Amino acid sequence: MKKTPSEHYSRRAFLKGSSAAAATSLATNAADSVAQQSATDRVIRGETAIKLDVNGSLREVKVEPRTTLLDVLRYQLDLTGAKPVSLDGSSGASTVLIDGKPIMASTTLALSARGKKIETVESLVGDEVPRAFVEQDAEQCGFCTPGFVVAVRAFLNQNPNATEQQIRLGLNGNICRCGTYANVIQAAVSIAKGGGNG
Amino acid sequence: MAEVKYSWPSRDKSYVLGTSPNRLDGMAKATGTAKYTYDVNLPNQLVVVALGCPHAHCRIKAINASDAESLPGVVKVLVLRPAETEIRTQGELIAAVAAESEAAAREGVSALKVDYEALDVFVDDQDLERAKELERTKRVGGKVELINEPGDDDDEEEFENHEIERLLKESKYVIEGHYGIDVITHCCLEPHGATVQWIGSQLDAYLSTQNVSATDDGFADALEITAADVDIHCEYVGGGFGSKFSPGYWSIAAAQIAKETGRPVKFMLSRDQELKIGGNRPSAFVKVRIGADENGVVQVWDSQHWGTTGYNGSTVTVNPVPYVFYPKNNRRIATGIITNNQPSVAWRAPNHPQACAITQPAYDDLAARMGISSLDVYLRNLRNIAARQTAEVYAEELKLAAKLIDWDGKWHPHGRGPKRGSVVEGLGIGIHTWGGVANSSTCRLKVYPDGGVETFCGTQDIGTGTRTVCAMVVAETFGLPVEAVKVNIGHSTLPESGASGGSTTVGSVAESHRRASQDALAEMKKLVAKKLDVSPDELEVVTGRIQVSGKPDQSLGWKEACGLIGINPIQITSSHKRGDKSPLSNEGVGGVQIAHVAVDTDTGVVKMKKLVAVQDMGLIINPKLAKSQIYGAVIMGIAYSLFEQRINDPASGAFLNAELGDYRLPRLGDIGEIVVELYEPDDQRERGVIGLGEPPVISPGAAISNAVCNATGVRVPVLPLTPKRVLESLQKARG
Repeated sequence: MKKTPSEHYSRRAFLKGSSAAAATSLATNAADSVAQQSATDRVIRGETAIKLDVNGSLREVKVEPRTTLLDVLRYQLDLTGAKPVSLDGSSGASTVLIDGKPIMASTTLALSARGKKIETVESLVGDEVPRAFVEQDAEQCGFCTPGFVVAVRAFLNQNPNATEQQIRLGLNGNICRCGTYANVIQAAVSIAKGGGNG
Repeated sequence: MAEVKYSWPSRDKSYVLGTSPNRLDGMAKATGTAKYTYDVNLPNQLVVVALGCPHAHCRIKAINASDAESLPGVVKVLVLRPAETEIRTQGELIAAVAAESEAAAREGVSALKVDYEALDVFVDDQDLERAKELERTKRVGGKVELINEPGDDDDEEEFENHEIERLLKESKYVIEGHYGIDVITHCCLEPHGATVQWIGSQLDAYLSTQNVSATDDGFADALEITAADVDIHCEYVGGGFGSKFSPGYWSIAAAQIAKETGRPVKFMLSRDQELKIGGNRPSAFVKVRIGADENGVVQVWDSQHWGTTGYNGSTVTVNPVPYVFYPKNNRRIATGIITNNQPSVAWRAPNHPQACAITQPAYDDLAARMGISSLDVYLRNLRNIAARQTAEVYAEELKLAAKLIDWDGKWHPHGRGPKRGSVVEGLGIGIHTWGGVANSSTCRLKVYPDGGVETFCGTQDIGTGTRTVCAMVVAETFGLPVEAVKVNIGHSTLPESGASGGSTTVGSVAESHRRASQDALAEMKKLVAKKLDVSPDELEVVTGRIQVSGKPDQSLGWKEACGLIGINPIQITSSHKRGDKSPLSNEGVGGVQIAHVAVDTDTGVVKMKKLVAVQDMGLIINPKLAKSQIYGAVIMGIAYSLFEQRINDPASGAFLNAELGDYRLPRLGDIGEIVVELYEPDDQRERGVIGLGEPPVISPGAAISNAVCNATGVRVPVLPLTPKRVLESLQKARG
């Protein structure tokens, strides 16, 4: 009995470019040369230079249609705070703010982020959220921490008067394996207006 | 030089010990500037993605990499498992594709052509009889201890059988139980892997490891170089939990590809590979009979347990079964089941969480049968324990935990609590034990003439807060603020320090850093004594100064004192050897946890209301960091009690839930309230530092299982207690 390997990255097939139609529509404006390639190609290739607004400055990067925002941040801009933890975005470790909204950079194509305001955890150096994480020791190995910090920032921006109960219900997009959740709750409560009482 | 007497200051004389400064690397972690192995990008590097075997058991018939190699961006394909290799687990890496980007490497993987011959698969670790029929079992061990001994003419086995049956027959209460706990994975959020480069014949390996000082030989053996040719770097590691002690064949492959291409190489496992082959914990299932007297004191334990460690076919050892409780008459047999899965590796407190989860539910079921409080049964059975802590301490910890959870106010007999709609609540207990010996460690310490202090130690921070502990210990000795101590860890070029495994790190660095700083202080005192014209013995350290005891007017500030050093810094290297008796560290802890849960009998959903963890650990260096360890351990315990499990497809053997969207872990909203009580009376503090990482992860399984049983009156035998399992058990009980 012979078998060939099954498709390993089916969840992410669209990112790989095997779903060429979706990628092409993204590519046509920005990367004309890319779009000219044969429709029979499994993957649309060719890099194109684009500008992304990252942490307040326009950065030129080279992307393919399949390039994720996470790969651009990590491999081209040395912004390695957002982490590659899960292909399906279910860990929240790659959370960044795009136009103020928390988005997984691992499931966002770089091309789709053009013209938008991208803020990574590195932009939060002077922010009260990382300070609260440190005070409450809401970090152990620390690999999930940057994603959590961004998620808490976004959540408190939306819900500045959040109660502890709302915090417990509203921050379930991020996974921590070391188990810092109790400390993360304390950190968020400590900077919510009203101290978690609404 | 008079020999330095190593010791800790008493509680009231401590400046820094027992306080809770923030982690020194806290901001680096919280703002993303801490560089993990995955974050290290070397100029001109290649990125590797590997093909994991899609089958749980097969033989590779042929492998063709030419299409992959011809893709743009793909630079090199290294076949790791050539034709005719038998593969015994899904996910085993078959070929590594090195390319200019992750995306190109992934495309390369999908262009690999492999022919597999499928072979028979076996993954069922729950059904011992079936595994025996299929000759999939291995005897792992057996032990029998009986108070009565066989006569000279008795057949030993026959005597044991008779004796066990006699003891059970004479028991007032006999409980026959079946309990178990599934395989879980380590699921490190930073997957296993390395970024490596060759500098001439020297290998530079940025490795995700919990063993900075001693992974160089793993590379050296495989690459036919010496450990001296390998430098390991790991400033930060994104989780290990026992699975990151050796380089792994993927990191060796990275070094091979780097050698062949002359370029740096990054090779990290993908998420599904991390779950399939990055590390897992063995399952354990038990059939047990216990016999107790009229007071609920268990007099005889008779168990057979089994489980799987994957294709090497072992399970939890017999030694920790029964767990903590240890009737003087006992028989336990362990059988391993050979399944088509990756062999297990150490998982936080190896064997203990499973042993606890298959032992203590039997004691809880005894309480249910007797209609009495399980707290009473636990307290009464403290007369028969085998543990690294005393019965007296367990009794105090049980009472303290009971008070903190309001046992007297909330407890009710099993299954007889009030029902609100379809929701019932209950309480359950787990108790545990661990060693926590200090590992070997060497610290080099420099005191500069300008007052600067710097330490060098080849240890690592797996999340414990190692840097902070090192700095606190030195700051305590010198009377300096914690931030005044510059700590260097995470490189194998630094003085050797043991792996972070077995709850040994804080003890190890506390030993080496206290020794080095006390040795350096002795040198400093000599200089200051000369200057003040007193004997060094008359000097003491107070905050920021070295003074004649009790005389602040006869003193030198730290900087001033360092000015006496001369041109070259004081440089001291001091060591502790694991196992050597020391006044600074010790081993052996207990610990008690009580869980309060709510169970919805309509949906089978279990919710954590509260969990109280009382933990001793000798002398506590930083209570905030210690509490974090316990919170984290409890949450990891909630994970394996209610959520996570490896699910194998019985027919194909496939690991069905090897992505984080499917491999359920608790989220922030799932943990309820966690109350941590650090148990540190003087007689415990005087024992010195004892490791903490493992013990509090052991008890949640038993505590939560028992709480669900107390709530519903029904034992859900196997962890995790998923809604499906809870409903099945409730249905079965209703008949």
